[in-house]
Amino acid sequence: MAVESGLDKTLDDLPQHALARLALSIPDRLRDSSREPGLRQVACFHCGEPCPEPILAKGEKQFCCHGCLAVHDLLAEHGLEQFYDLSVNPGVRVVKRDRREEWAYLDDVKVQRQLLDFSDGKVSRVRLRIPAVHCVACVWLLENLFRLADGIGRCEVDFARREVAICYEAEKISLSQLVSLLASIGYEPELTLGELEARPKHAAGKRQWLQIGIAGFAFGNIMLFSLPVYLGLDSLSGPFFTPLFGYLSLLLAAPVLVYSAADYWRTALLCLRQRMLRLDVPIALGLAALYAQSTYEIIGGHGAGYLDSLAGLVFFLLCGRVFQQRTHDRLIFDRDYKSFFPLSVTRQTSAGPQVIALPALQVGDRVVLRNRELIPADARLVTGPALIDYSFVTGESEPVPRQAGDYVYAGGQQIGAAVAIETVKAVSQSYLTSLWNQEAFQKKSAHDLDTLTNRYSRRFTLIVVAIALGAALCWTLAGEPARAIKAFASVLIVACPCALALAAPFALGTAQRLLAPLLIFLKNPFVLERLAQIDTIVFDKTGTLTAAQDSRVSFVPGASRLELSTREMIWVCSLAGQSVHPKALQTQEHLLVNLNECSPSSSSSSKHGMPGLIAPDAIEAFREIPGGGISGRVQGHSILLGSGAWLEECGIAFEEANQPSGSASYLAIDGHFRGAFSFSNPPRPEIDHLLGNLSEDYELILLSGDKERGRDSYRKLFGPKAELHFSQTPFDKLRFIRALQEAGKMVMMVGDGLNDAGALKQSHVGVAVVERVGLFSPASDIILPASQLPRLTNLLALARKAVRVVQSSFAISAFYNLAGVSIAAAGILSPLICAILMPLSSITVVLFACGLTTWATRTVGLSKR
Amino acid sequence: MSVLFILILVSLGLALSFLAGFIWAVKSGQFEDTCTPSMRILTEETTQATKTSKSFKQNELKPS
Repeated sequence: MAVESGLDKTLDDLPQHALARLALSIPDRLRDSSREPGLRQVACFHCGEPCPEPILAKGEKQFCCHGCLAVHDLLAEHGLEQFYDLSVNPGVRVVKRDRREEWAYLDDVKVQRQLLDFSDGKVSRVRLRIPAVHCVACVWLLENLFRLADGIGRCEVDFARREVAICYEAEKISLSQLVSLLASIGYEPELTLGELEARPKHAAGKRQWLQIGIAGFAFGNIMLFSLPVYLGLDSLSGPFFTPLFGYLSLLLAAPVLVYSAADYWRTALLCLRQRMLRLDVPIALGLAALYAQSTYEIIGGHGAGYLDSLAGLVFFLLCGRVFQQRTHDRLIFDRDYKSFFPLSVTRQTSAGPQVIALPALQVGDRVVLRNRELIPADARLVTGPALIDYSFVTGESEPVPRQAGDYVYAGGQQIGAAVAIETVKAVSQSYLTSLWNQEAFQKKSAHDLDTLTNRYSRRFTLIVVAIALGAALCWTLAGEPARAIKAFASVLIVACPCALALAAPFALGTAQRLLAPLLIFLKNPFVLERLAQIDTIVFDKTGTLTAAQDSRVSFVPGASRLELSTREMIWVCSLAGQSVHPKALQTQEHLLVNLNECSPSSSSSSKHGMPGLIAPDAIEAFREIPGGGISGRVQGHSILLGSGAWLEECGIAFEEANQPSGSASYLAIDGHFRGAFSFSNPPRPEIDHLLGNLSEDYELILLSGDKERGRDSYRKLFGPKAELHFSQTPFDKLRFIRALQEAGKMVMMVGDGLNDAGALKQSHVGVAVVERVGLFSPASDIILPASQLPRLTNLLALARKAVRVVQSSFAISAFYNLAGVSIAAAGILSPLICAILMPLSSITVVLFACGLTTWATRTVGLSKR
Repeated sequence: MSVLFILILVSLGLALSFLAGFIWAVKSGQFEDTCTPSMRILTEETTQATKTSKSFKQNELKPS
């Protein structure tokens, strides 16, 4: 039964996160191909996009649409024209129509309590993430937001995080009005369910800076006091100044020991309690020995103490810790499904549609879904038919048609006309979201603690303590107990693993920094250590190996063997432009490319600035049947485009003989079958190269949520030994990875969607592939854009080399340790030797680690040049 | 010789005051965002903007 579609005919109604997922709208992508000489391209004064005919002009400025003109007028009215001086065409095009009631749910007290940073009844502060911020002008405009509305106070932009913190007076302007204002100028905040979670307050950063500051201050000043002592105070001043410097050093070193080194004490105690010998244990031992020996020497008047080494040691260690904690502010590696689901949902009540916050959704509520909107919870379809796109959630590349009464899963996106669903389960209890209740997400990953450094430190600590005790014993037996104590303390002091602790952070941290400009982002440097041990790689198919918008379309003519004429192409293209079904969009794009090749010069005016397209109003009787196809009359000709079964239902006869296998859209013009558009979803370019290289050293496996289609082509890609599994649910993938791990394999998972979330978390290393950096990706250890996927081989090679660099750095530090310990065990360690040895070893190791890693990056083929 | 003693204490006092300044800067959040302040330098208040609209200071609403 055909249903009249109340389609919103353009992309205007896309929720922001869906817009971002679509990457670029079709006309944008084709604009580049139409930039040929002969076509007049005028850039919009506000946003820089090309202006279609007829050009909207105001004075000397031209605009591409009324939205841009409206924003320009608003800014001019409030004296904010400087915006346009700060960057070239800095504006953001406002695509959505402003719907006032869309933001009403933000005024709910419960929502505000979780969303706002701070509120005291009079002044409120909210932090909003605005992905559209991209330049200096954006920063300036948002910080001058107070000029656009009364009640807005101080606004502060954090550009790296794309966040803005706004203080406002709740009495004068409500949160919904504020967000509405931001949306109207093109800076719509990204409001997902994840925004309601408490956000970390970055307090750890302050503490680290304070610790380093105090350690550095003490280091410098104690060194200043130690120099006279080393260089020799004469007998006149010696007796007075040496104790003075000694006591001052003790005073300065106290906060270093207590505050700056606090984290090392805490972890060392924890480790001892759990009988683990992590590197913090010998560090704590060394610090204790340093301070104790120094106190004894200074108070007893025997010497000047080792406090400069103490402060220097803590300072270098903290520098190493800062170096390894380079975070990529724009990326979040720990996202769960909540960051993918929208914050608001349209509930159908007896009083009409009401926009509410997602947590307020009850089981049994009716929800209205427009085009590209997400199903918030498992539900039953009330008004059908619907077309659901599950590609991000189960990996099925084709949207599935569903009828009224069918069960639909949370996370799927509706394509086409608005439908109503009735929720059956709570949001967190739905099939997909229950994936996050799995054990893999509950416990903190055990992989993090098993690093090279910790494994080495076990042996190291035991040997050092043994040597210290041994030396003390020998000297006691030799009859010099005083020297025995000094030897014991000295061994612990000199063996304090400063260089050892710096090797891994600097080597791996350098590698992480060098990868960032290549758009390969690591969660932390220690991911590289796990990468070096990988022996099995599991790939997802939809969205990872293939790209959703990369469909190859070709027209296969029917019995008449005639290709489509230019006029016919224009009809079909105009008709296809009325639908938002992915196949219609791909057909339209394919035809537009063909049309541009045939006729580069522009003739009549058109909606998108493309030659000769027919305006939407000239198309009569347009109908879209989900799961069937589209039909309409264009310039007097009736056109049908859709599935074979539907065409037959409409009475078009055609023979199956020459028809393409696989996915296809059949075309009939004026009642005659003309041919079919065949769609194929090929793997991304260079994947064959990548898989060929990887199959030599690694075991490869394909786990796809899609139906088994094209198995042979993937068999060819992966090689004869690889396992290929199709129709895998998200839970199947998780279980498969776990089984591999129990069999002793080190597994790396490469995936992109929520359906891979469990597998990514469970595997030893999870790689999330995104279309563009900044878009949503499930929790993973590495994030990279799809264009960098072929670099996986280089990345794995770099990981192996980096581990070897760390191990050689350990060897260098061991050499210094050997020299130092021999001197210390003999009981002749002096503060001067210690003060020279420790910085020398640290600097050597750091330079070696950084330099060799940089060189390794280049030899592996991952340098920016 | 006693002057050295005073000098040492004075220099220590000076260094401590710098440390106090550093601690104040960290506590007031100046090290949290090191990227955006570099962009703010590039934006200058044009005379037109200051004349036609309210000034920034007037509208400063900080949570107390």
